[in-house]
Amino acid sequence: MLEKTYIPQIVGGLWLTFKQMFKPKVTRQYPEEKWTPPTAFRGRPVLVMADNGVERCVACGLCSRVCPALAIEVQANEVPTLEKERFPEKFEINMLRCIFCGFCEEVCPEEAIVMSDEYILTFTSQDEAIFGKEKLFMSERRLKRRLEFLHENV
Amino acid sequence: MWIELLISTIKIGLVINVLLVSVAYAVYAERRLSAFMQNRYGPNRVGYEGLLQPFADVVKLVFKEDIVPAKANKPIHTLAPMISIFVALTTIAVVPFGHTIELFGRVIPLQITDVNVGVLYILALTSLGVYGITLSGWSSNSKYSLFGGIRSSAQMISYELSMGLAVVGVVLITGSLSLQDIVLHQYGWKWNLVLQPLGFIIFLVASFAETNRSPFDLPEAEPELVGGYHTEYSSMKFALFFLAEYANMIVASTVITTLYLGGWQFPYLQTFGLPPMVTTILQVLVFCGKVAFLVCFFIWVRWSLPRFRYDQLMNLGWKVMLPLSILNIVVTAIVVSLLK
Repeated sequence: MLEKTYIPQIVGGLWLTFKQMFKPKVTRQYPEEKWTPPTAFRGRPVLVMADNGVERCVACGLCSRVCPALAIEVQANEVPTLEKERFPEKFEINMLRCIFCGFCEEVCPEEAIVMSDEYILTFTSQDEAIFGKEKLFMSERRLKRRLEFLHENV
Repeated sequence: MWIELLISTIKIGLVINVLLVSVAYAVYAERRLSAFMQNRYGPNRVGYEGLLQPFADVVKLVFKEDIVPAKANKPIHTLAPMISIFVALTTIAVVPFGHTIELFGRVIPLQITDVNVGVLYILALTSLGVYGITLSGWSSNSKYSLFGGIRSSAQMISYELSMGLAVVGVVLITGSLSLQDIVLHQYGWKWNLVLQPLGFIIFLVASFAETNRSPFDLPEAEPELVGGYHTEYSSMKFALFFLAEYANMIVASTVITTLYLGGWQFPYLQTFGLPPMVTTILQVLVFCGKVAFLVCFFIWVRWSLPRFRYDQLMNLGWKVMLPLSILNIVVTAIVVSLLK
């Protein structure tokens, strides 16, 4: 009988929503409050710059060959006098093509190309989306967590 | 003569403006409160805590293209939102938001006009509101709109009846149809909420149905009818329906406040010995507070309760509300005649 009047249900429902109002909010206030991805996250691919200022890449071109989206373009060069002779003359990743599969990271024998934790990618033209060496380098220190993750899990 | 006209014009302008601004903020309150109930923030970017959001919305709507469907009945399609907004804005004319105020040696009643059939005026106008919705549904040349319109006419007529009969109880107690008299009669603890609890509940539920608010928002039930009667409306015509819906909600809150929650009366405020000016201002604020509470209640209910099924709605209207309101009249009439 009491249930037929709907009153207990109505009061119960109202009380539930009232309680919800004072609970903490789950929304992340994005531009101010950024998400820190876990180490397994595959963000934008970057080239590792060792702490002594030498790039790890030897321009073997394996990443370019494995890339399913044909996003990577490498041109090798070498200076015989250096300890590390080969280096990429040109290393370009087209970020409009990149599908963040991480194959380049997997295939790299030097652990020179690594998926970083950066996920904010904006550009206003197609030319701007092609990232050259200067945009791709990231210091080894900055990538420490990802490199450790790779050593442990791969 | 001229001064009377001027005073009336000022009062009308003031009330309409306050109403329209409150409509804007009722929309904002709806969005914020619903967000809070769902553990979200809601709009909080435009201005401080999103307080300018309603204006951004209006600007957006103004710049949208106004689309009229092919084979729609264009004059009626245009007329329908006008009826809706007209009804929503004119109902407020008889609602007293304070007693009287003395300015420049003149006693000004704080009410646009004290019609001696105020209750009838309100009932008549709120029933007119159904035309806006039904005509919009009919003229849109869309099955969803038509369903929405037909449902709303059936719903409003069913609930209009119990609403009117619930008010009869109040009228029997007061002995007057003037809203100012009804408020004056509710001094001290004698709010009609206490004297007419059943009538209050019936009137409240019927108001929900009259304003097409959830759990009775069948005319615009999104899962079944897309947008219901305003499916085929866009731009400012849609904005007018939206405005009318929220204005209706606020006006319904003012009417409930006036009829049952003591209007501008605060229990025993007159006995505190405050200067009359302060008392009047406090009373207006009390009135606004009560209305704001009711508007929040409308929103609260919308985000708590699921929508009724159509047959349940009709069952509730005709088989529960109507007998209850008649019972309410009979009991009230007997008690009133015994006490006289």
